[in-house]
Amino acid sequence: MTFTLLLLAVLILGSAAAAALRPNLIHSALLLVVSWLGVAGFYLWAGAEFVAFAQVLVYVGALSMVVLFAVLLTRQSRAELRVDAPAARRVVWAVLAGAAVGGVIGAAVLGTNWGPVAPSAPEVTVRGLGLQLMGAHGAALLVLGALLTSALLGAVVLAAPDRPRKEEGS
Amino acid sequence: MNPLQACLLLSAALFSAGLVIALARSNAILVLLGIELMLNAANLNFIAFWRFRAGAAPATGVLFVLFAIAVAAAEAAVGLALVIALYRHQKSLRLQEATRLRG
Repeated sequence: MTFTLLLLAVLILGSAAAAALRPNLIHSALLLVVSWLGVAGFYLWAGAEFVAFAQVLVYVGALSMVVLFAVLLTRQSRAELRVDAPAARRVVWAVLAGAAVGGVIGAAVLGTNWGPVAPSAPEVTVRGLGLQLMGAHGAALLVLGALLTSALLGAVVLAAPDRPRKEEGS
Repeated sequence: MNPLQACLLLSAALFSAGLVIALARSNAILVLLGIELMLNAANLNFIAFWRFRAGAAPATGVLFVLFAIAVAAAEAAVGLALVIALYRHQKSLRLQEATRLRG
């Protein structure tokens, strides 16, 4: 059980680190997809199957395609895919900031007494989840639908090309 | 170290990796992907607490993560549309060049 977690951690963190280091934009995007897949594996390991499937559908399936389309729409030549290496000073500061945040959170995690650990995952069936979503959390689900609709309409408006203005007085 | 702590450490490391990507890279798409990685780390925390800490209603953590994933999808759609709009205006995705608002 712990070995599986270690394997998943290596997969998630290794692909994320590789994505941070690769100069090629498409390589980075695909490596991050591997990282998301590792997170879905973690959800399976923890017993949250429905969340794992949602993660695969939304992140690995849909979001990766949208990202790849954005990469392809915003390049002019093959050479442009190679992002030039960031300035050394920025990299140093970024790594310092990341290490500081990770260190603070890690110290807090290790220094806290978390009490007893539940031996098994809580029983959650898909039927139970659906009843919860439609019953107790119905209002939140509606708000979420409205949010998604307006966000996607806004995305279309933002990404659409500007219409040529009508000449006034002609 | 109990398994809950291991999961939380993994989540903290993933968050740090996303932060480093978002701060170090200058391409707008990669910055957005770093932010997505940080969101994933937060979801990982929810699932870890749901799995290893009894107490709340059994479906709470799962529902929380489902809503978070949906909101993250909306955020990514708007973010990538902004990336495309940025590219149309300045013909480049380098964030150092997006200085039109500088006084």
